[in-house]
Amino acid sequence: MSAKTRMIEVRENVLKQNDIVARELRRKFHDAGVFVVSMVSSPGAGKTALLENTLTRLRQECRVAALVGDLATENDAARLARSQAPVKQIITGTVCHLEAAMIDRALEGWKLDELDFLFLENVGNMVCPSSYDLGEDLRLVLMSVTEGEDKPLKYPTIFNSADVALITKIDLATAVEFDATAANRNIQAVRPGMAILDVSVKSGAGLDEFLDFLRARRADAQTVLGARAAT
Amino acid sequence: MHELSIAMSIVELAQEEADRRGDIRIKAVHLRLGALSGVVKDALFSSYAMACDDTPLEGSRLVVEDVPVIIFCKQCDGQRPVHSTQMFCCADCGTPTGEIVQGKELLVVGLEVEE
Repeated sequence: MSAKTRMIEVRENVLKQNDIVARELRRKFHDAGVFVVSMVSSPGAGKTALLENTLTRLRQECRVAALVGDLATENDAARLARSQAPVKQIITGTVCHLEAAMIDRALEGWKLDELDFLFLENVGNMVCPSSYDLGEDLRLVLMSVTEGEDKPLKYPTIFNSADVALITKIDLATAVEFDATAANRNIQAVRPGMAILDVSVKSGAGLDEFLDFLRARRADAQTVLGARAAT
Repeated sequence: MHELSIAMSIVELAQEEADRRGDIRIKAVHLRLGALSGVVKDALFSSYAMACDDTPLEGSRLVVEDVPVIIFCKQCDGQRPVHSTQMFCCADCGTPTGEIVQGKELLVVGLEVEE
């Protein structure tokens, strides 16, 4: 029997399933009026420290919550719970990133309209999270001064998938001879126009500016959604 | 290393497509892979073979077409390649731009099938 080979044309996004769930999440978040901020970085860049501080401070003025992803342990959720904000750990097992469906499952039973901000802390990984939309409004990429100024050049895709870059542990900049000019230049090279904020949870440097930035971005998003609803 | 889960999605997606079209056997899957897709081609090839094991796609090939990054350059008023993914500026005039037109693709675009 002779088999005939032919070509079938298709056009299917491999991440279709994730993108569908992410789109649905984004709609839910917008309907509920919650502003969703995700955080990506390498392990140890300071996502949890910054998040704990942010939750503690924002909680004084509005309703905040967080989901935190890790391959194993509930350590980060326990740490973040000290902020008194609702926090849930997502244990990904062998999966090296968060996916939209994991967020969707973790939020089951949550009343999103009772929140102003929801934070999503991704698994520490500079590669895989870049491919997955989580339905967030704003994605922060963190790099600490101890990691080297060329991090953006080594991981351009993750910087490109993010909206804002945070340079963390800025209190250590002098000790590790961090070249801020080179770091900024490298971030701008891979993502021209990207907003950059310097922060240190330890010294408190840049934290007020960071919160102002989040409040402003949330206000902007609400204005856009309000205008869209009015038309 | 998320290439294995990506490869499994490719296999699943291709098989669904084939099932819809009746009794056909997939010989190869053609994929468009953007330079900013976040997927490493070599890792994807080895993961693909693994993902095909014990499925109707066992023994099939993965054919990857690399998709370069294209940006919109305001200075040139047109679509241009970037200098590199480490240097997001117009390859022609050097103007920095983040307006990406192409390069994030992770698309199954064709199936070579046998009937």
